[in-house]
Amino acid sequence: MSKFNNKKKGELPAVNTASLPDIVFMLLFFFMVATVMRDNTLNIKNELPFATQVEKLDKKDYIMYVYIGKPNDGYQELYGEEARIQLNDKISEVGDVQAFIYSERESKREELIPFLTTALKVDKNASMGIVGDVKQELRKANALKINYTTLNGDISKNSN
Amino acid sequence: MAKRSSPEVNAGSMADIAFLLLIFFLVTTTIETDSGISRKLPPIDDSEEDVIIKQKNIFTVILNGKDQLLVEDEVMEIKDLREAAIKFLDNGGGVGEDKCYYCKGAENPKSSDNPDKAIISLKNERETTYATYISVQNELVAAYTFLRNRRSEELFRVSYTEMQKNYKDVNWPGNKTKLKEQITQLKKEYPQKLSEVK
Repeated sequence: MSKFNNKKKGELPAVNTASLPDIVFMLLFFFMVATVMRDNTLNIKNELPFATQVEKLDKKDYIMYVYIGKPNDGYQELYGEEARIQLNDKISEVGDVQAFIYSERESKREELIPFLTTALKVDKNASMGIVGDVKQELRKANALKINYTTLNGDISKNSN
Repeated sequence: MAKRSSPEVNAGSMADIAFLLLIFFLVTTTIETDSGISRKLPPIDDSEEDVIIKQKNIFTVILNGKDQLLVEDEVMEIKDLREAAIKFLDNGGGVGEDKCYYCKGAENPKSSDNPDKAIISLKNERETTYATYISVQNELVAAYTFLRNRRSEELFRVSYTEMQKNYKDVNWPGNKTKLKEQITQLKKEYPQKLSEVK
């Protein structure tokens, strides 16, 4: 009987943590499924403007991203302080947009091509000049579906 | 001696491993999907064909380099733009064939004939900031949405925005073909004719 007397009577039994891994795994799977990895490192500032009349862009494989904004602090020496275009990972010129669109088209499945949309992620402080240039290039490349990516919010937040 | 069971594998560190993975995915997750204002650019065509549009059917919106707004030759604040656009689109000043039977506007003969003929022309300068441009675009799209919503409430007792949401919803139980037809009808009655001047 001495075996059973080893336990000290007054202490609380330890909480059973056997189900902890299950809980953690559940959370893990949720985040694994919900994760979208960021595929571009931005070298430019990209603070999007606000709008209320927005449509969701849910199918990621239909979208080509064009970023426009002021270069980050580390890049300003190299690229100046004016807003620039970023395609994939590097800061590019207006003339590179067409080539970018063609190479993106090449990389997508053929049946998706008519549905491809160009998402313009433009910093709210950028000027329309460069946006207009990009739009002109997109027209030349016959990529006519565009989407001005915005945050959902009242437009009064745009000023300042 | 009782039957000896094989020793159990120590699973105590499983939680640690799972936590490590969990933290990794927590950090890399970006759940939000992008949303924005969708537009279609006009294709480049070389035909130098001039379409004659009556001046009264054009609603000019000009944004200058200092982010000031000029609407139909009058200075305007962005907050008043939606109202003005609705008034213009819904005017219904046409007579005879151009009569707009569903408009509720002032029927001013100096403003647009009907929503199908009414064109909003947006012009901006290179120095205009993008945020202002988006605000203006937003207000103009809002004007169209307002009119479509109103018309939709009248016809189908459900708003246009709601119908669009239902159309995209996979679990919506109603008849999608019919819904599509209704949406197309609304789009036809208040077509988005927004042109950008280069």
